[in-house]
Amino acid sequence: MELLKQISFNLQNGFDEAVAELTKEAVEKQIPPDEIMNNGLIAGMNIVGEKFKNHEIFLPDVLLAARAMNRAMEVLKPLLIKDGIPVRGKVVIGSVKDDLHDIGKNLVAILLKGAGFEVIDLGNDVPAEKFISVAAEENAHVIGMSALLTTTMPVMKKVVDMAKDEGLYGKVKIMVGGAPVSKEFAKEIGADAYSYDGANAVETIESFFREDS
Amino acid sequence: MKKLLERLHNGEILVADGAMGTMLFQRGLKSGECPEGMNLSRSFILEDIARLYLDAGADIIQTNTFGGSPLKLASYSLEDKAALINRNAVSAVKKVVAGKAYVSASCGPCGKILKPYGDTDPEDIYESFEIQMQAFAESGCDVICIETMMDLGEMLLALKAAKKKAPGIPVMATMTYDPTPKGFFTIMGDTIEKAAHTLEEAGADVVGSNCGNGIENMIRIAREYRKHTILPLIIQSNAGLPLLENGELVYPETPEFMAMKAKELVDAGVSIIGGCCGTTPEHIRAIKKALGSNLSS
Ligand code: B1M
Repeated sequence: MELLKQISFNLQNGFDEAVAELTKEAVEKQIPPDEIMNNGLIAGMNIVGEKFKNHEIFLPDVLLAARAMNRAMEVLKPLLIKDGIPVRGKVVIGSVKDDLHDIGKNLVAILLKGAGFEVIDLGNDVPAEKFISVAAEENAHVIGMSALLTTTMPVMKKVVDMAKDEGLYGKVKIMVGGAPVSKEFAKEIGADAYSYDGANAVETIESFFREDS
Repeated sequence: MKKLLERLHNGEILVADGAMGTMLFQRGLKSGECPEGMNLSRSFILEDIARLYLDAGADIIQTNTFGGSPLKLASYSLEDKAALINRNAVSAVKKVVAGKAYVSASCGPCGKILKPYGDTDPEDIYESFEIQMQAFAESGCDVICIETMMDLGEMLLALKAAKKKAPGIPVMATMTYDPTPKGFFTIMGDTIEKAAHTLEEAGADVVGSNCGNGIENMIRIAREYRKHTILPLIIQSNAGLPLLENGELVYPETPEFMAMKAKELVDAGVSIIGGCCGTTPEHIRAIKKALGSNLSS
């Protein structure tokens, strides 16, 4: 437990080397990878998120913490998969066209990977056509879109409309998120779900699969 | 026409123009298309927009070069055309204003985050800005406006490039701040006090803020700047944060509202007042009218 607290502490301070080393150490000590992830990394990231919301820290600190999180996830990812968490479904994710904000989207992607989903990350500034074409080619189960600008939210509707035109609607679930996005907006544009953070995104996608089976 | 800085130092109040992006969309820019790409083949549109703002009474007219640094253009594979894109934009505005207003060459963020927080080397960003500034210098703009910067580090790179490649052309440096319960900060955590001191030291000729969260916040921002610098101030506020109504973007602040508040900006010591996202020639016309008694011509 001490070790996981250290991981959280170092992650909050953006010490990526230390976080990677401590994560390796935790693995060697036989702490289960999902426990390292949840009680070390995500616990730390939650505190970073909270402090950022309260304006106690600024973007540079968030970026450094996210980088540390990525480093540790490189260590954990092979183990999480080996650990018997089966690949549970394919998610195509990205920040929508004209939106360069990708920090939140990246966090969501990390958590989805951690939870055993195969994530195809299209990056930021992703055109509507790209979400649709990749989802079709890859036989994805979910399209996940992130928008942080009010001005880019309409792209989400465009993707939903295109999914309808291309006959993907209903087959591929569409999930939207990002600070200005809301449950009401998701409903209004015909998306299948809205989710408010990474953990909720995992739950939401899990619920899609429960509905299906 | 008198030199811009001379007029500012004489205490004149000048009006700058309003939003560019929305005007481009109304004239055929497609979502996902590079706004500055229009400078290559459709400069008549740039002239059209410049004319509207000139007629509205703007004394300073910006060029369509916000995303004209090669690094930014690279996301549309247009980086090799950077010099031409920037020169054409300046020429288009110059042609329209014909000495009746100042041509202000706009330079926005490169869209990358500096190391160690992001993945881009400061040298690469600096070189990219140098190319843009060189084009500005060659095409003969009256002033350069580095705007919407959220990282003082990136701002300083652009400012240094301007001073090196366009010596003699005055530079206006404006940052975007978010209001927090602890005061105003850029996304990267820079304060107005820090920006004012750092920019003054680095040779900015005019400092201030653009975009933001509505004009009332800008009044507070201007007051804060005034405490920390003697340089002339520029404020180009957006018309509030946009709302999505029935799939349409709506900016809440009307021309009348912004014009009323513009007077308070003057009281706070601002010399140049213009608009940003969501403002139109109507906003600029209203601001010009409201400031009538403060303006000298
Ligand atoms: C698929 O399913 C899902 C499910 C859940 C999903 C999901 C998808 N996506 C997100 N979630 C959810 O899970 C995540 C984890 O909990 C959460 O993600 P979030 O992204 O919400 O949270 C992140 C973990 C942390 N939050 C963030 O990363 C956003 C933080 C703030 C500070 C922010 C940042 C960082 C940036 N920005 Co910008 N930026 C602001 C933001 C203001 C603020 N204080 O929040 C905001 C979003 N920015 C804004 C603006 C206007 C802009 N920004 C711009 C630029 C930038 C930077 C490049 C400097 C940088 C982005 C860097 C990057 N690589 O992402 C410009 C636009 C660039 C562009 N075209 O995209 C610019 C236009 C510049 C300007 N005038 O300020 C404002 C948007 C206003 C609006 N509603 O339209 C803004 C609210 C600031 C403000 N108060 O004005 C949830 O929303």
